[in-house]
Amino acid sequence: MCPQADDPTEIDALRSRRGKSGKVTVVGVLGELLITVGALVLLFLGWQLWWNDMIMANSQSSAASEISQDWIAQDTSTPQPVPTVDPAEPSATPVPVDYGVPVVGAVASNAEAFAVLYVPRFGADYHRSIAEGTGHDVLNSNRLGIGHYAGTQMPGEVGNFAVAAHRSAYGGAMHLINELQLGDAIYVQTADGYYTYRYRDTEYVIPSQVRVLASVPNNPDGTAVDRIITLTSCNPLLSTAERIIAYGVLESWQPLSAGAPAELAPIIAAQG
Amino acid sequence: MYAALWRVLPGPIWVRIILVLILMVAVLAVLATWVYPWIDGIINGQEATVGGA
Repeated sequence: MCPQADDPTEIDALRSRRGKSGKVTVVGVLGELLITVGALVLLFLGWQLWWNDMIMANSQSSAASEISQDWIAQDTSTPQPVPTVDPAEPSATPVPVDYGVPVVGAVASNAEAFAVLYVPRFGADYHRSIAEGTGHDVLNSNRLGIGHYAGTQMPGEVGNFAVAAHRSAYGGAMHLINELQLGDAIYVQTADGYYTYRYRDTEYVIPSQVRVLASVPNNPDGTAVDRIITLTSCNPLLSTAERIIAYGVLESWQPLSAGAPAELAPIIAAQG
Repeated sequence: MYAALWRVLPGPIWVRIILVLILMVAVLAVLATWVYPWIDGIINGQEATVGGA
């Protein structure tokens, strides 16, 4: 930026470029400011696409690994029977064990992580924390990312366990919500156990349609029978015009001590 | 502007280069931590919830 100009001709050349005084000119400063603003705008785009997505996603994922491992380490209940394979037919699928009615955990305080979500369709090792509340302190957090709508039911509870997350930026926990396919597994892990939901259907609504959060979605007066999970995010991608709502229904439950569902086991093992 | 900054920096050329790099990292950290999230909240308002939370 400051060439060593020893001979008079170079100094003259510099002066003619910069103005008579050889000092800073208004136009020069203006030009530098404009270049700076341009660079800052480009950096903002880089921040949105890279830092605020990938870095946040990794950070949220690591935080979820930590709490998952804490729960498993702290679990002191007696080991539960695990699904057994018939010795005569080792290739057959293991006989599922019925662990009874799902345990429903206590409601957490705001911004406290109480569950971890696993959706293999979102990525082989996808896992994110679910915390209580859907404010920016949860959804924009670099340790949380998924928020549980206050007042909706808890994992495994009869009714609607409804959560929200960003579609893009801030980790984009629901980036691939539109790619769920019928029967896809949606696992929720808590300090009590693993809840396996199966994806059922998707709908697109306007942002004010809170009826999707009802214990019977879209039927606020209905009596809940099913155990439903509802994922909400914004739609279309990079827009906030609509909301995309994905529903799943609870298929099974197993306590932590029974080990993770087969599909989850490698992901959980890799968290250590 | 930047030429003035360069003149103000002390030391030999390699010290100045290191100082400039430190300044750039500091500016980037401030931007990524506070300024960009603030701007993002204003221009995007990326809401993912129903009910207009």
